[in-house]
Amino acid sequence: MDMKKRWLAVFVENQVGVLAKVSGLCSSKLYNIESITVGTTADPTISRMTFGFLSNDATFEQIKKQMNRCVEVIKVIDLTDIPTHMKELMFIKLKINSPTEKEEVISIAKIFRASIIDYDMERIILQSVNSEIGNDDLIRLLSKGFHDIEIVRGGVVSIEAMSISNG
Amino acid sequence: MKKGTQLWLEALKEEGVDIIFGYPGGYVLDIFDELYKQNDIRLVLPRHEQAAVHGADAYARATGKVGVCVATSGPGATNLVTGIANANYDSVPLVCFTGQVPLELIGNDAFQEVDFIGITRSICKYGVMVKDRKDLGRIIKEAFYIARTGKPGPVVVDLPANVMKEMEKDSYPAEVHIRGYKPNSDVHIGQLKRAVKLLKEAKRPLFLCGGGINIAHANEAFLKLAEAVQIPVITTVMGKGAIATNHPLYVGSMGMHGCYAANKAVSECDLLFSIGTRFNDRITGKISEFAKDAKIVHIDIDTAAISRNIKVDVPVVGDAKLAVEKMLTMVKQCDTKQWLEKIQCWKKEYPLSVKQGEKVNPQKIIEGINHVFDNFIAVTDVGQHQMWTTQFLELDENKKLLTSGGLGAMGFGFPGAIGAQIACPNKQVICITGDGGFQMNMAEMATAVAWELPIVVLVLNNSFLGMVRQQQQYFCEKHYYGTCLKERISCHRASCTAPEQCPPYIPDFLKFAESYGVEAFRVTEESEIEQTLQQASSIAQQKKAPVLVEFILERYDIVLPIVRHGGTLDNMILEEN
Repeated sequence: MDMKKRWLAVFVENQVGVLAKVSGLCSSKLYNIESITVGTTADPTISRMTFGFLSNDATFEQIKKQMNRCVEVIKVIDLTDIPTHMKELMFIKLKINSPTEKEEVISIAKIFRASIIDYDMERIILQSVNSEIGNDDLIRLLSKGFHDIEIVRGGVVSIEAMSISNG
Repeated sequence: MKKGTQLWLEALKEEGVDIIFGYPGGYVLDIFDELYKQNDIRLVLPRHEQAAVHGADAYARATGKVGVCVATSGPGATNLVTGIANANYDSVPLVCFTGQVPLELIGNDAFQEVDFIGITRSICKYGVMVKDRKDLGRIIKEAFYIARTGKPGPVVVDLPANVMKEMEKDSYPAEVHIRGYKPNSDVHIGQLKRAVKLLKEAKRPLFLCGGGINIAHANEAFLKLAEAVQIPVITTVMGKGAIATNHPLYVGSMGMHGCYAANKAVSECDLLFSIGTRFNDRITGKISEFAKDAKIVHIDIDTAAISRNIKVDVPVVGDAKLAVEKMLTMVKQCDTKQWLEKIQCWKKEYPLSVKQGEKVNPQKIIEGINHVFDNFIAVTDVGQHQMWTTQFLELDENKKLLTSGGLGAMGFGFPGAIGAQIACPNKQVICITGDGGFQMNMAEMATAVAWELPIVVLVLNNSFLGMVRQQQQYFCEKHYYGTCLKERISCHRASCTAPEQCPPYIPDFLKFAESYGVEAFRVTEESEIEQTLQQASSIAQQKKAPVLVEFILERYDIVLPIVRHGGTLDNMILEEN
């Protein structure tokens, strides 16, 4: 139906239990969180959370209203349809079996603007700062050629854009 | 310099608290010691913490003030859980203080340590642990403010023992500022105008009142509104009493066990003007068929309640009383004569009734209350007796009903009656309960006696968990499993149809009452109902003590009509199967 990926920035009190409160709210109502990141803001008493949900219009409306009801939630911003800068940090550790494979990884990294941040004789670590979809694509591509892959995804952070949309 | 407990007491006094419902324990010792040193606040000591929170809940419902309860850490706190959820679902302002192990022991699995804020996170309006003595005053101030404003609800304040011992030079703050909590205090006039426009255009308009009318004390204003526009009124269980039940515009309560006319009216109205209800599944039945010919207006204080279960055409966020008062200046009489006549026909077609059997008919008991008492608070438990009460009990400004609507918590009735009687010593409090629900908290008889409370306790005994039994009758091929309260290990299912072979009911409620020095009656004839009610009330008042009346009902009485779970409202089961 109207299922699609949605994004929220939620400003909350930077206190013990607030993450549990907000994520508990989601689980108690069966809203599945696809991605969540939390960090403090310029004001150390406030944390900013970025949520990614896959949901329909009605459920997403409820999610926003329910979050707004929480005493600990200061502000909720719907980032879904506004220009933003949205990035996810991802590390990928790959096992390299031959010089050809190494070459291949280096060229893929170049195209995806990922950097090689560490290596030894058998393995390489890539660091990718990309959109969630860009990181999905990178994983899909690497999965085709490599089998021994370790992936660490950091979740998406997002900030409202000024002059450039979706940079 | 002030000890934490001293500031706590000062805070309670500032908030106008004069009664708290509490149970002692190791980590609230200092709090109880502080209470010992003063006379402004009285402690109600129940026999179980669940009764403390239900008592505080009913006290709050009866007075409109914030109810306060105290329990110790660990099991004391966990025993509050049902009561907190109950207050949450019925929007009752409550502040629950719980003891906690000292901060340095938290996380150690210390004796009587539980993460109570974690446990209650999803069933309270707000929960907070005081981790710094400096924050104590502010947190209590915020707790009371959050509990009573906006959509009221329970707030949990967890008090580590060491924080309550610490000294600080401070006083209870006068003001509160919470950046994440700004309850709606106004009504959007533009939306209200749109709502009123629909009202004027409608041919078959209908008011649906939820508990929000009662909570906002909007009854008087709503009566004026209903009379001004001449629109029929139906209520939810929680909304019952929004308008006097003998008012010509009142149709009845709706929903799963609502009356035929009210459910028909919802299904056939062209405008459902709802105030202060969250369209719980018990009232909507099948969502896609609910009020399917109607435009829907929804006034509610809670933004999240709007268009959650039912899609609404005109949402109005705001306080019910404020909204209704503003509407008074905007409306004029609607032409509803034909519509009202139609509803009258439905009322006559299938009036509410309980089939007459050989024993005491529950309908007659509730009608007996209507005849005998003219100034009362009725507090019910949960089950068949509760539905019969909502069907037959007459309410007006002097006759109030308190009931566990949202959570449907058995065990609420008797401790609830205690809270209500303490809140309103000059009213006759009537506890209407079943033999199942009463047994859940009947140890509170001690509290009622100790507090010299003239509660008339009516136990409607059919020796079944009747509401579940009737669901088994309709939906489980009469497999009465786990619902017979006469059943013993020696019972055989094969001989279950021969009632003369049934073991005697336990307990004997008369002997139970006797052991508390409480007078009790057993009514087996309908002719005795009114006389016994009268007698029970006068003995209770005279002796300043509760009186118990047990009514022996037909075992298989049922509440009708029934809307099947997920069924359509106008497709009611009207006959016994």
